[in-house]
Amino acid sequence: MRYINEFRDPATARALVERIRRDAGDAPVRLMEVCGTHTVAIARGGIRPLLSGAVTMLSGPGCPVCVTPDGYIDAAIALGMERGVLLASFGDMLRVPGKSSSLEKEKGNGLEVRVVYSPLDAVALADAVPDREVVFLGVGFETTAPAIGGAIRTAARRGVRNFSVLSSVRTIPEAMGILAADPEVRIEGFLCPAHVSVVIGTDAYRAVAERRRIPCVVAGFEPLDILLGISMLLRQRKAGVALVENEYSRVATSTGNRKAQELIREIFVPCDTGWRGIGVIPGSGLRIADAYAAFDAERKFGVPVVFAAEGTACRCGDVLKGKITPPGCPLFGKACVPEEPYGPCMVSSEGSCAAYYKYGAL
Amino acid sequence: MPMCLGVPAKVLEIRDSAAVVELGGVRREISVMLLDDVSVGGWVIVHAGFAIEKLSEDEARETLSLFREIAAADEIH
Repeated sequence: MRYINEFRDPATARALVERIRRDAGDAPVRLMEVCGTHTVAIARGGIRPLLSGAVTMLSGPGCPVCVTPDGYIDAAIALGMERGVLLASFGDMLRVPGKSSSLEKEKGNGLEVRVVYSPLDAVALADAVPDREVVFLGVGFETTAPAIGGAIRTAARRGVRNFSVLSSVRTIPEAMGILAADPEVRIEGFLCPAHVSVVIGTDAYRAVAERRRIPCVVAGFEPLDILLGISMLLRQRKAGVALVENEYSRVATSTGNRKAQELIREIFVPCDTGWRGIGVIPGSGLRIADAYAAFDAERKFGVPVVFAAEGTACRCGDVLKGKITPPGCPLFGKACVPEEPYGPCMVSSEGSCAAYYKYGAL
Repeated sequence: MPMCLGVPAKVLEIRDSAAVVELGGVRREISVMLLDDVSVGGWVIVHAGFAIEKLSEDEARETLSLFREIAAADEIH
C-alpha cells in the first residue's frame, strides 16, 4: 500500500459519480471545499464538469497565501528593508502582492529572502548565521501551526536568539462558522480539510454541523476520497441530517493529534485576526504567547502587521467566500493572470483563481 | 513543493526526534516530535517537514473495500 494510486481508480470514480448524480436533487446542491488542496485536486481531476448540474462546488478560504492580508507582506518587507533581517519563507509567499510591492520585487532592491521547506530549516539557517537576525514568515493554518510552534520551541531550547517568527496563523472552524452564517453564501454541505482535521480532530466541526445544521464530511485529497466525501454529504442531505462524518479515517480521528494541539497551546494564544478579502474573524488567529515574546518578530522589531480592508476591483474576497467563481471577477484572465497576478488567489498554486486558470474555465 | 501540501511518506530510519523518510523518491529528514511510537516501515503524513500523523493501514483497507462495494453495486444498476 502506497496510499495514493489505490485511491485513484477510474472505474470506482465513475461509480461514485453515478451515485452522486442519483442522490442529487433537481437544483444543483451547493457544497464548499474549504481547503485549497481540495480546490487544486478537484480542478486537476476534472471533478467539477463531471458533477455539473448535480453539485456546485464552491471554493473556500483554506488557502493560506490567499487570505494573508497585504499588511503582512508590507510588514515582512519593512523587516527586511528597514531592519535588515534575513527573511526565511515558504516559496509560495514570494509573489503575493502587498500594498505596493511583493517580496520577489523587493529582492531586486536588496531584500534578502531564503526559501525553506520546513520552519526548522529557518532555525538551522539562524544557527548558521549567528550575526544576522532571521525572521521566518509563519503563515498557515492548524496544519502548519505545530510546525511553526515546533520551530519556536526548538529555537528556545537551543538558545537560538537570532530567530523569530512573523506569525500569521489562522484557524479554520471559525472561518467556516462565519461562512455558514452568511445568507449570501448558502452552503448546503462542507467538504472539510483533510490535514487540518488530522491536527484538530473531526469533532471540531460539530458546532457548524449541529448549530448551523450543515452536513460536514472530512475527506482525503485523492480523487476517490473527494467523490466519496461529496457522496456522503449528499446522503446526509437526503436523510435530512447534519452530522460530522470522516471519510479520511486512515489518518484523521475524532480527537486529532493531541501532541500537536498541546504544542499549539504552549506557543500560541487565540486572537482576532483579519483575513484578506473577508475581514476580521473573531478568535480565528493564533498569536505568539507572551512566554515566547522573544521569538515574536512583531514585538521584537516593533513592526506590527496592520490589517486594512482593501478597496480594489479584485474580488478575491468574494471568491474566498464562495459568492462568485473566479470567472465572475472582472480582472480574471485579463489584468490578473498567474504570470502577473493582481490578487492573492491567482498567486498561490492552491488559489482558486490559479486553479481555474490553469485547468480551464471548468 | 507548496507549503500547504501534506503527503504520505514511508519511514526508513529513526534518529531521536527526527526520521528519514522517502518523499517523492527522495530521502529527507523530517521531525517526528509531534508523534509517539513512529516505527521504521510505517507510513506518516508529512507537512512542512513534520510528520503530523501515522497512516492506519487497517482503516485504509476499510475505505478501499467500501470503494469496491460501491463499484460493484454500480455494475448492477
